[in-house]
Amino acid sequence: MNAPEAAPDEQVHAALFQYLLRLGDTSLVLGQRLGEWVGHAPALEEDLGLANLSLDLIGQARLFLTYAGEIEGKCRDEDALAFLRDAPDFANLTLAEQPNGDFGRTIVRQCLLDAWQLELYEALQASADARLASIAVKALKETRYHFHYSCGWLVRLGDGTSESHARVEQALEDLWRFTDELFAADEVDERLGRKGLAPGLADLQPRWSMRIDAVLGEAKLRRPAPSPYPWHGKRGVHTEHLGHMLSEMQHLQRTYPGARW
Amino acid sequence: MAPDTDSVWRVLGTVPDPEIPVLSVLDLGIVRHVRWEASAAGRLELHVGITPTYSGCPATEVIRHDVCRALDAAGFADAVIDEVLAPAWSSDWLTEAGRNKLLAFGIAPPERAVSHPRHLLGAPAPVPCPRCGSHATQRVSEFGSTPCKAHYRCTACLEPFDYFKCF
Repeated sequence: MNAPEAAPDEQVHAALFQYLLRLGDTSLVLGQRLGEWVGHAPALEEDLGLANLSLDLIGQARLFLTYAGEIEGKCRDEDALAFLRDAPDFANLTLAEQPNGDFGRTIVRQCLLDAWQLELYEALQASADARLASIAVKALKETRYHFHYSCGWLVRLGDGTSESHARVEQALEDLWRFTDELFAADEVDERLGRKGLAPGLADLQPRWSMRIDAVLGEAKLRRPAPSPYPWHGKRGVHTEHLGHMLSEMQHLQRTYPGARW
Repeated sequence: MAPDTDSVWRVLGTVPDPEIPVLSVLDLGIVRHVRWEASAAGRLELHVGITPTYSGCPATEVIRHDVCRALDAAGFADAVIDEVLAPAWSSDWLTEAGRNKLLAFGIAPPERAVSHPRHLLGAPAPVPCPRCGSHATQRVSEFGSTPCKAHYRCTACLEPFDYFKCF
């Protein structure tokens, strides 16, 4: 992170709004995916575990989206942003929206994203934006628990039976192609980076790789080959899965706008 | 002249946590400030700062509501609840009285300070059973019935119990 400069200009303001949407949407979409497991997980403890992760992620999403709405200044609160935007307006990472699949696939997705959030929030604690920094401090504590959980399961499954190993191996192979996007900075990231508001995404990659390689090694899994195809979920270009997920997540507010209980 | 804050603190001491009702919001350490501030209109307003335990804890909104209602009933109408994010809540802020109440209620209190080196290194804490005191306990799951608790069992008295996580 560079040293903070003068007061943010309009472009920085707009970039900060986008940036907050990206963080908020990634947490929200991932939290919603985990919530789909409630009542379906392989054991009661994992049902509770995934629900707890989901709750933390949705709580973090609320903090990011509330702040995004205030920065935008168009009277959109967390609910308006979560429930009344269409898929192309969502700025989550493509990896977060990938379907749950089996428990192993959910764990692989979780582990890759937990490690990323861990590095990101760690760095964001030093953001020149005090509110963003305080959300990061809070989220970081929770993310440590999440990563511990997902690593624990990845090792048990990867170093488990031949069946569990084959399943997480395949999931890792399928999901790995979405990991490039985690570290691909665009002008939003760069603009905030120059103001000391956000870390350089590429700077997070070495430590992320170290964490992931360590857990893959313990789980007897091999790191897949890099994929050349770029994904742009954070720019609103999504896989087909997000729309289906949103149609369920947003159903009530779309059908009965402003419904409260 | 600003009214005193002592009586406000006393009222807050009667507001229970909705999920662990033996604890008051003061025992939990989530009340960060109580002060009188002049509003834009020049009127004195009571501000109560509350910090969430976990960012997604559903009890946070209930607590906010309960605090307002209790203050209202005690004659402090229209208190303003400030959401305080920094510094982030820690289980170290549980009061000694709170820890004792948890134990008496059958929930094992956090084993040590979050700054403890063993905690920082991620070593699991030996959690004594809140019923029989045995250290022969096992963690069933890192996640329990609420975000702040983990699920344990005692291999001596064979009872399951909740552990208030060190966080």
